[in-house]
Amino acid sequence: MLVLTRKKDESIIIGDNIELKILNIEGESVKVGIVAPSSIKIYRSEIYQSITEQNREVLSVSKDLLEIIKKKK
Amino acid sequence: MLIETKFFGSTEITENQIINFPEGILGFEEYNKFAMIPVDSESPFIILQSINEKQIGFVMAYPFLFNSQYEFDVSDLDKKELGIEKLEDVSVYSLVTLKEVFEESTMNLLSPIIINSKKNLGKQIVLNDQEKYPLRYLLSKGGV
Repeated sequence: MLVLTRKKDESIIIGDNIELKILNIEGESVKVGIVAPSSIKIYRSEIYQSITEQNREVLSVSKDLLEIIKKKK
Repeated sequence: MLIETKFFGSTEITENQIINFPEGILGFEEYNKFAMIPVDSESPFIILQSINEKQIGFVMAYPFLFNSQYEFDVSDLDKKELGIEKLEDVSVYSLVTLKEVFEESTMNLLSPIIINSKKNLGKQIVLNDQEKYPLRYLLSKGGV
């Protein structure tokens, strides 16, 4: 991993068209501004993680449970 | 063709029923071909069944049945990837986590399944506004 130290209002350029700018630092929180083409997907990493976990949970439904729910309808 | 399904045993599907998910479903990227099989004609639930792996069968529903206010924009990139030209080409589904106590069942409104039914292309997208709709929306909150 490349590690760079930046101060407030400084930025990092990635490739030709992505810029990460440190907008503010307050306690343990860092506010980051991202300038990137709309074709670049940007997510908080924990969102990705939680969707993956939720998908796994969707699969855990048993055949029996679906039968029970069918009967209820 | 005959496929093995998680919920319905061996099931006959036609080639044109197969929907391609080039990126798979998040966390399950290795499964790219699915068929949609309704649970039954009365049920709001539909199974997104992998045609290659029996155990990979996701429960889905029309989100609008449970939340009539649900709406979002599809990003230009997602539109491009799915070859979406017109709104009518698009179907939206949400993955459902069924629970023994039905009232505790939830649906994922944050990352819906978008299908271009004209091109049989599908994708699980993540909404741009990640604060607006929850990952776990209680089914019992609205509808049906």
